[in-house]
Amino acid sequence: MLGVGVLKGLVETARNFFGSYVSEERLTTLQYPEETSPRIEASRSFPFLVYDGSDWQQGMRCVSCQICEKECPPKCIFIEKSPDKKPDAVGKMQFYPAKFDIDISVCMSCQICVEVCPFDAIKMDVDYNLSATNRFSDLLLDKERLSKSNEYYHEIHPTEAASVDADLAAAREKAAPKPAAPATAAVQTAGTGGAAS
Amino acid sequence: MSLFFLITAAIAIGGTLAAMTRRNPIHCILSLALGLVGVAGVYLALGAQFVGFTQILVYVGAVAILATFALMMTQGHIVSALIEPRRAFSRSSVSGFVTAAGVFSVLGWAAQSYRPLTPSTQQAPAAGAKEVGVALMHTYVLPLEVIGVLLTAALIGAVVIALPSEEERS
Amino acid sequence: MTPVAVDQIFVTTKHLLMGYVPAFWQPLASAILSVVPVLVVFPALFAVTTVLERKGLGRIQNRLGPNRVGPFGFLQPAADGIKSLTKEDVVPRDADKVVHFLAPILLVLASFIVYAVLPIGRNMVIADLNSGLLFFFAVGSMVELAVFMAGWSSRSKYSLLGAMRAVAQMISYEIPLVLAAVVVIMAAGSLSLPAIAEMQSGYTWIWPHWYVLTPWGFAGFVLFMISATAESNRSPFDLPEGESEIIAGYYIEYSGFKFALFFLGEYLGMFATSGLAITLFLGGWSAPFSFLTWVPSYLWFFAKLLVLIAAFIWVRGTFPRLRMDQLMGFAWKFMLPMTLVNVVDAGLWHFMPSGVVRGVVCAAVIVIPFALFSRRAQEGKKLQIRTYRYAE
Ligand code: SF4
Ligand code: SF4
Repeated sequence: MLGVGVLKGLVETARNFFGSYVSEERLTTLQYPEETSPRIEASRSFPFLVYDGSDWQQGMRCVSCQICEKECPPKCIFIEKSPDKKPDAVGKMQFYPAKFDIDISVCMSCQICVEVCPFDAIKMDVDYNLSATNRFSDLLLDKERLSKSNEYYHEIHPTEAASVDADLAAAREKAAPKPAAPATAAVQTAGTGGAAS
Repeated sequence: MSLFFLITAAIAIGGTLAAMTRRNPIHCILSLALGLVGVAGVYLALGAQFVGFTQILVYVGAVAILATFALMMTQGHIVSALIEPRRAFSRSSVSGFVTAAGVFSVLGWAAQSYRPLTPSTQQAPAAGAKEVGVALMHTYVLPLEVIGVLLTAALIGAVVIALPSEEERS
Repeated sequence: MTPVAVDQIFVTTKHLLMGYVPAFWQPLASAILSVVPVLVVFPALFAVTTVLERKGLGRIQNRLGPNRVGPFGFLQPAADGIKSLTKEDVVPRDADKVVHFLAPILLVLASFIVYAVLPIGRNMVIADLNSGLLFFFAVGSMVELAVFMAGWSSRSKYSLLGAMRAVAQMISYEIPLVLAAVVVIMAAGSLSLPAIAEMQSGYTWIWPHWYVLTPWGFAGFVLFMISATAESNRSPFDLPEGESEIIAGYYIEYSGFKFALFFLGEYLGMFATSGLAITLFLGGWSAPFSFLTWVPSYLWFFAKLLVLIAAFIWVRGTFPRLRMDQLMGFAWKFMLPMTLVNVVDAGLWHFMPSGVVRGVVCAAVIVIPFALFSRRAQEGKKLQIRTYRYAE
């Protein structure tokens, strides 16, 4: 008969209503600022730059190749190449970004920058406490605010970070056998880099 | 003449005047609704509550809404034709003025020359819910039924027109 | 104080105050003294209801609901009010400015005026009109005009669609709404709401003479409440708003305080129709049992009002939105015939001698058509568990 389903539905919601007062496990709400949900490894919010060691300027993995800047669909990355060079994660002499800004009010968390980076320098963060009081300056992250240590990367994405570290170690091993001629290697990479840019 | 009557009369006249002079058809209908509310107010001032509220319910609540609805459905060429600038002495406006003048002069003449045959002693007829009901169900029951049949026929006709035709359905 | 004195305390206070007013100003003072409490109480009820609704809906969905502002979140409406007052008032560039401005005002005005005829307690009514019920429906029909004005003047496709839906729905459901109320007019023989409430205030043993306790009264009450839900555009009949399809319908282009006015008007309309349902079917301000008559009448009215509001919230938390054709089909193929059957039933009740036979016959006159209609509605419809192809 018409109306039986209606009554069934009403009973169901009434059960929910009263049940939420008696059984705690029904309520899954977290009281946000006081309680926070644990970080989820498979989640992502916005990109950050990884550095090795303790000095974020020296350990910066990014070599300022600007691939991510070109690939970013909403064009929210802005990079300025440095005039000089410093050793990168593998030990080669490379450029580094003099300026590296990401406007996370524009970024759409697509992770394309991460996929295209050949140097494992940019990765996705999982932090979601991102509210800010100024919608322009506070959401335009500069190089310093983007830099997070490799330890932090291990903390938020343990499996991924481990495989990245293994790759980097292998690359370093390959680069290591010819420590005798670091100068020529640097010149060569500088030459190719110049031709590419 | 009470203040209430003056206000409602002003609303009625102002509303209907605006309904005639506004260019935008939706504005016309909205002002007409205002005028009808004013007329209902005049009924109330005369002590005919039932008639006044029925006026609002039927004319503002139903007729004005239906008019706006019809206008929304048929927006386009009809409305643009309405909005087109009108000439003051076009054939239609002149004939409209002539007709209106004729009707009002006859009405005025009738009202002027009317002398009751017997001086009226009885009170003005009450127009409460009960009186209207009794009148409809006793004195005027046949016209009421005839109108009912007519409206039903119109309704059925509208449904038939709105139904998808044979070839549309297949 | 005796129960009667407590019951009439507002009426006597008003009389007392009127004694100090010079005769010339008395009509005005009387109007102010009657109107101001209504203008205070019902918006306050609106504020409370918004919190209760959000908390209740939250619990129905196993959430907590608002709980931050003030104790248990009960100051949330104050925060909302401040927010909407300080928000920018955006008017679309192509909008019809005057009509756009007038629509929310007309809506709130119409929603407030209907309270003039609602008896919220014994001897507590602003205007005891002979045709009070008619007044209620007449003014209620102005809401449609306001909704249409809002939708049309915004010059937005969404709001026009919302207005079309709203007007079509309100016209369709106004007919069953009025016809469901007609049975009460037939029984009471009066259009005056205080008189109708007075009629139901007697008792047989401990049971009240409420119309809802008769077969046609019960059917009428259910039909009336369904139509009232549709009239006030509440879920499951909230197609005109349809957040998921036309965003907010006719008031999409309103912001800030005008938006709040729409909200207020909507809830005031809901309270008013609930109050009308209480007056028509649930005995108005009368107590549910003869031994409870010492409780003041206005408390009973508001208790019943809160119960109906809770029912509205419960229904909103339970049902999904109807589709447009289902909505119209329901109005014209189910509600309208059922209300007509109900009118016949009320007539039958009037002419049959009272007794058990009358009750049984009148109940049958309602139940049998209902069963037939529901058979008709469900035949040819294959109901099955819906499976999702891509979800798993
Ligand atoms: S996640 Fe996507 S949108 Fe954001 S910076 Fe990287 S490429 Fe650009
Ligand atoms: S792709 Fe990687 S290395 Fe190249 S500029 Fe972007 S972050 Fe730096």
